Amino acid sequence: MSPSPARRGPGRPGLLWAAPGALFFLCFALGPLLLVGYLSFTEWDGLGGLPSFSGTGNWRRLWEDSTMRGAVVLSLLLTALTWLVQTPIALLLGVWAAGRQKNRAVLSAVFFLPLLASSVALALLWKTLLDPNFGLIADIGPWIGFEDGDVLGSSRGAFGAVLFVAAWQFIPFHTLLYQGGARQIPRSLYDAASIDGAGTVRQFFHITLPQLRNTVITSSVLMVVGALTFFDTVLILTEGGPGTDTTIVPYWMYETGFVSRDMGYASAIATALVVVATGISLLLVRLTGFAAMRSTREGL
Amino acid sequence: MPTPPLRRRIRTALATAALTLAATGLSACGSGGPQDSAGGGGAALEAWVYGDPSAAVQRKVVDRFNKTSDVKVKLVEIPGEGYQDKMRTSMGTANAPDIFFNWGGGSISDFAAKDMLVDLGPYMKKDPALKKAFIPSILDAGRIDGTYYGVPMRGMQPVILFYNKKVFREAGAEPPASWDDMLDLIDTFKEKGVTPFALAGADPWTELMWLEYLLDRFGGPGVFQKIVDGDKSAWNDPAMIKAGETIRDLVDRGAFGKNYKSVNYTADGASTLFARGKAAMHLMGSWEYANQKANQKEFAKSGLGWTSFPAVPGGKGDPKDVVGNPTNYWSVNATRVKKGERRDAAVEFLKFASQQSYAKDLVANGDVPATSDAKEQLTAHENPEYATYQYDMVSQAPSFTLSWDQALPARFTAPLTNNLQKLFNGDLSPKGFADAMRDVK
Repeated sequence: MSPSPARRGPGRPGLLWAAPGALFFLCFALGPLLLVGYLSFTEWDGLGGLPSFSGTGNWRRLWEDSTMRGAVVLSLLLTALTWLVQTPIALLLGVWAAGRQKNRAVLSAVFFLPLLASSVALALLWKTLLDPNFGLIADIGPWIGFEDGDVLGSSRGAFGAVLFVAAWQFIPFHTLLYQGGARQIPRSLYDAASIDGAGTVRQFFHITLPQLRNTVITSSVLMVVGALTFFDTVLILTEGGPGTDTTIVPYWMYETGFVSRDMGYASAIATALVVVATGISLLLVRLTGFAAMRSTREGL
Repeated sequence: MPTPPLRRRIRTALATAALTLAATGLSACGSGGPQDSAGGGGAALEAWVYGDPSAAVQRKVVDRFNKTSDVKVKLVEIPGEGYQDKMRTSMGTANAPDIFFNWGGGSISDFAAKDMLVDLGPYMKKDPALKKAFIPSILDAGRIDGTYYGVPMRGMQPVILFYNKKVFREAGAEPPASWDDMLDLIDTFKEKGVTPFALAGADPWTELMWLEYLLDRFGGPGVFQKIVDGDKSAWNDPAMIKAGETIRDLVDRGAFGKNYKSVNYTADGASTLFARGKAAMHLMGSWEYANQKANQKEFAKSGLGWTSFPAVPGGKGDPKDVVGNPTNYWSVNATRVKKGERRDAAVEFLKFASQQSYAKDLVANGDVPATSDAKEQLTAHENPEYATYQYDMVSQAPSFTLSWDQALPARFTAPLTNNLQKLFNGDLSPKGFADAMRDVK
């Protein structure tokens, strides 16, 4: 569909209209991004003075750093597990919440609450709940395999806690996406399926799921990028510990930059993270054919 | 692959951009500096302080100082959590403070190396009374490269071995006087189902206190001093290995209980454990008293006992040595406060921290001052017994080792806490810990 000639009149916005947005993007996104890229080739402690050029030193170090290697593995693991845990739950909850019944509306509102609180407040709350002597975990720990409530102190427990708190916090958001997506599905499809004798389960797999394809991709990209850049909960709940067992890449970047004051190396980590996260999300979009924006309603 | 000329062009462009930015920053720095204030009869000196209830003491001294001086001081209280970040990022810019609160040692050694601080050594030579006014071990703990950049301005915070009097009474036990006592007590309390030592393993700086004391008791303060002076081999000193082995031994004996790795200090986990008698002892900074007073008033008043960290068998260190945070310091920013009237005024302001009236304010605030003539004033402290104990402990200490996370340059902090946690948790051997620290770049 091409716009009619009449619409190309004097009202059509020129390039100038984009200037404020472009300028903003340049100053606060592209500029800093390029600067960080430049800093990754320097040594700089962030104090006055100029960064001193150090060639590819930081990048070589990135390759040899064993903490970084561990952080990459943990980040990828967190991303994969986040997707595996959050997607099915959010999908089911979202489809369920799409129903128009009153009790569902009320419960959806309740489920939505965690998203409204700040991550820092939530992490602090969970830290208290996970106190091995006075928290909730002291009582329920033995039931889930942590004899002394020693969740945050064990390598798997701490990682699991981060995964759990992230899921608890972000599932409501993805539920909302799926709820919206499910409500867009035309009723007629379900009516037709019912007449043909398909039950609820069959309807879910043959109508709801295919119809939600684009929503799944949107939610997955957000989830993956979110997990790769996840930070605040780790900072407060585990501080990357025990040892470096929950030191994921963004946290390692923070420790290098703002605790160790090694801005050059931290910039190298940041740049690598940007490249990898962008790469993965592009790949996701490509592989799933999302870029083509194929409609799920063909023939309707 | 871009061709070399293009790459060079990009590099030049980036360098130019960076230089332009830096130049703008520098010129801004110049215009905010003392030159323009000279015309206006002297702008106030900006003094930054860690913003917590204790800042009331600094507020009072600023008032006193401003009554006597033509050059005024303006106090800026920076909320505690963000103090370190804000101070460090502002240094070297136009927004830097003239006088600022710091922790001495590694928190300012970068600035000292870049000549950004006023060397107070010559002033102390000129005015010996100023140097004598402070407890020597505390003044020395803040020394960098043999000279002084800071004047003590808050209470002392040594690390003390606290014990729960009630738990000790019920077990018929006495506070430990030797290492054998410590080991016996571990067994005694374990039998009673009480954790011998509360330890907040989720906040690794609390584990650091154990390593600091053990290294001092085994090898004396010299070993850590070598590390501070840049001798990396000192991480593998026999005393360090011995200290690491002792930590492993304590953990294996169950000295810290089973779930210490998940216990936190910042959300009050360890202190509550200790106050409720679920743990018998707690190695912690002297602020533990104020912390208990805020959360477990009764316990702070009557249940809290204190003693010093005992000697270890075969150790070379003096059991009178102390570790911890000696105090906080005022330093003067040399890039902002140029020589002349303003610098003299700034140093004069620092001297106010050595006065009796200042110590009196500190005592009233619940602190123990670091001045050498403060002892008589401690009777006015809310807990004179505790204050006097602390004061004697520190003033008689041959050496006061600054907490390692403050004493070492910033790049050591993260590896130190990570590796130490691994040592406690058994993921690193004492030798592995020493090697990992030696290899920090």
